[in-house]
Amino acid sequence: MEFRPILSSLRRHKLTASLLMLQVAFTCAIVCNVVFMVAQRIQRVSVSTGIAESELSVIHSSGIGKDESPQARHAADLAALRAIPGVRSAVAVSYSLPLNRSESSRGFCPSKEALDRAMQRNSIEGSGCMQPAVYDGTPGLVDTLGLRLVAGRDFLPDEYVDKGKPAVAIITQALAKAMYPGRSALGQSMYDGHDFIRVVGIVDTLLRPAPNQPGVAGQSMIWPQRPVDAGVLYVLRSAPQDRARILRAGRAALLAASPSRLVDPQRMKTYTQIRARYFQRDITMIGLLIAAGLGLLFVTALGIAGLANFWVQQRTRTIGIRRAIGATRGDILRYFQAENFLIVGAGVVIGAVLAVALNLLLMSRYELPRLPLWYLPVGALALWALGQLSVLAPALRAAAVPPVVATRSV
Amino acid sequence: MFTYYLDLALRSLKRNKVLTALMVLAIAVGIGASMTTLTIVHLLSGDPLPGRSSVLFFPQLDPESPVSQGHTQPYPMMDYRSAVDLWSAHRADRQAIITSSSAKVRLPDSGQPPLMLGLLSTSADFFPMFDVPFQYGSGWSADDDAHRARVAVISAGLNQKLFGGADSVGRILRVRDTDVRIVGVLKPWRPTPLFYDPWSQNFSKTEDVFAPFTSSLEINQGNFQPYTCWHVPKDPRDMVHADCVWVWLWVELGSPAKVRDYARFLDHYADTQKAAGRFAVGSERVRLRDLMTWLTARGQVPDDVRLQAWLALAFLVICLFNAVGLLLAKFLRRSGEIGVRRALGASRGAIFAQCLVEAGVIGLLGGFFGWVLTLLGLWLVRHQPVDYAHLARLDTTMFLATFALAVCTSLLAGFIPALRASRVVPGWQLKAL
Repeated sequence: MEFRPILSSLRRHKLTASLLMLQVAFTCAIVCNVVFMVAQRIQRVSVSTGIAESELSVIHSSGIGKDESPQARHAADLAALRAIPGVRSAVAVSYSLPLNRSESSRGFCPSKEALDRAMQRNSIEGSGCMQPAVYDGTPGLVDTLGLRLVAGRDFLPDEYVDKGKPAVAIITQALAKAMYPGRSALGQSMYDGHDFIRVVGIVDTLLRPAPNQPGVAGQSMIWPQRPVDAGVLYVLRSAPQDRARILRAGRAALLAASPSRLVDPQRMKTYTQIRARYFQRDITMIGLLIAAGLGLLFVTALGIAGLANFWVQQRTRTIGIRRAIGATRGDILRYFQAENFLIVGAGVVIGAVLAVALNLLLMSRYELPRLPLWYLPVGALALWALGQLSVLAPALRAAAVPPVVATRSV
Repeated sequence: MFTYYLDLALRSLKRNKVLTALMVLAIAVGIGASMTTLTIVHLLSGDPLPGRSSVLFFPQLDPESPVSQGHTQPYPMMDYRSAVDLWSAHRADRQAIITSSSAKVRLPDSGQPPLMLGLLSTSADFFPMFDVPFQYGSGWSADDDAHRARVAVISAGLNQKLFGGADSVGRILRVRDTDVRIVGVLKPWRPTPLFYDPWSQNFSKTEDVFAPFTSSLEINQGNFQPYTCWHVPKDPRDMVHADCVWVWLWVELGSPAKVRDYARFLDHYADTQKAAGRFAVGSERVRLRDLMTWLTARGQVPDDVRLQAWLALAFLVICLFNAVGLLLAKFLRRSGEIGVRRALGASRGAIFAQCLVEAGVIGLLGGFFGWVLTLLGLWLVRHQPVDYAHLARLDTTMFLATFALAVCTSLLAGFIPALRASRVVPGWQLKAL
């Protein structure tokens, strides 16, 4: 294919061609970044919590009688909840579950020396100390949540405490690796400034309740402390299809056990709802971003097709002449395709530069990582394909122009 | 002449209906998307107390000790002792000490089940400072604060729920286990954003029960949650003596001189505490921001909303490019016609005006449909489960802005093509005919 006649013809339409080129460039830049943001958000919302999400539901209960012991109440409530047909297990936790936002975290150091380092630097950064999220709960928490123990054991019944600090903990693999790099964390003692807490078990994954900071989202630990407050979250495990029924039955059972308490229907949900609520904004944004990206591509396709249409109409006579002096239909078709290829090609080259610039701008304003470079060629190919598709109909029309047009005046 | 151009424009638009529709659609979608998101940004960055926001200030300091860990900004709250020290110093024109909690509330001797409601513990200045409107009664007095009076002010919503909207001043409400007397009922009051509460989501509702700080600390003892702690509290039910931040302060300072004085007072307080060994950092982490500055620092407009606005504007720009390209092609295709008109005596200006009228018509049509799409977009936002959903309405400013944006867009889009068309050389075109 000879490009020179196309270029010289484009030179006659500098303004129109450069407008189209700029449009393609902006579309390429924006769509690349939009797709990247969608990928980021999808990655965010598909994070694994490490628990048996589809089988869990929770009920919040608060406000008990003045003279009642909270822990006796919890034990009685749990017995009532376990008696509901379909409930496989039930535990009480103070408030924390992965992704339900209420988090309690504590500083722990691998050794006393690490704590001294942290005090010296006035920061735990780089000292080896960590600030994991702490989960508590009644016996059976590991099994009820469906956590996978990869080393060590679950807590023993006599390790649970009602008040004060437990002496042992189960930590996640992420925390183990961060605190004891290159060593086995099992059996090590973590120091919190007053006491040593021994690691008796390691679980595969357990996400924090509020995983806002990247890098430490998987750093959590469980310790055998029973909830001390009257306000408590009951976690029930059952078959997925039973959850709605069990929540209703659970509320009724709790209110029957002590009518003066509060069981807020708003705080009674399946874990699926907790997760959906946490990621609700991201899911809305994914929808909006996809709609915006598709809209942009559509508008650009429209622009390409519209302009090509006009050019075909404008050049009908020229096309007739070319056909009359021997050009085949294929030649005409390829002419328009090649012209489009050139314009879109120039557009995506500028677009790639703009995409990187836009990404840098977004990085400075929002917490967004760098755009992987392979997005650029993929984006370019996509826009080339889009260009070819949108120019096809007008180009076919051009190819259908009969040579006899050349002899007529338009 | 204008009507003639309008007639020409309509004829020309009718000649290629599909293309016209596509151009109008592109502009409409661009405008609809931009105006929906811009309206949201406009509403979210509004001033909750116009006229008063410049005299209201939010003092902050960093009470952490012995080390201050990993943050460069002070927390949005203080520990009990610092807050009470600053409040009782009475160095501002007005000062309100605030904290919030949830409390079990019921009407004594009624069969109704108890409600779990937000309880705002504050001091007498809160109501005049924030221009809180009363339907019945009034706020409590500074005396009530001092004497830990068992009084409360309730929201219009709670008054409706418990008393059917009747004047309930003097009635008794049981908050947890204590009976309090209602002294005031608010008119419906929903400051947007909910500026005074650093806990809350920006656009949530106010609390339903307001009670004196001093007395509610006793009434609801044990139910106050810390924002954060730097030492684990010995007794989690006793926030007053815990190393936690959970109380905050708003002050009213009527003149720049008073603001300077108060800032100096805060610095002095922090430095004294540092010298006494109670704080790890002193005046370098003291902040005294006015209301709007504080809201901006707190991130009042969510990042996602800002991102949406930029995305929508980018969309509009692409639509603009599109419109320019299509109009250019359209006008230049009529070069022959333009040549004839020029040869018959039309000036360049006349051709330019004619083309611009055509672009303007497209813009107005686009603006109209864009307005429809904006209403649709806001309707969609209202049905999203976000805390600012109830705000999403088009006010007059934004309604006019929609049309201004539409006409500007299309005139901008029409400008270059019209200029090009008016430069058509008549001689060439006539030869080609």
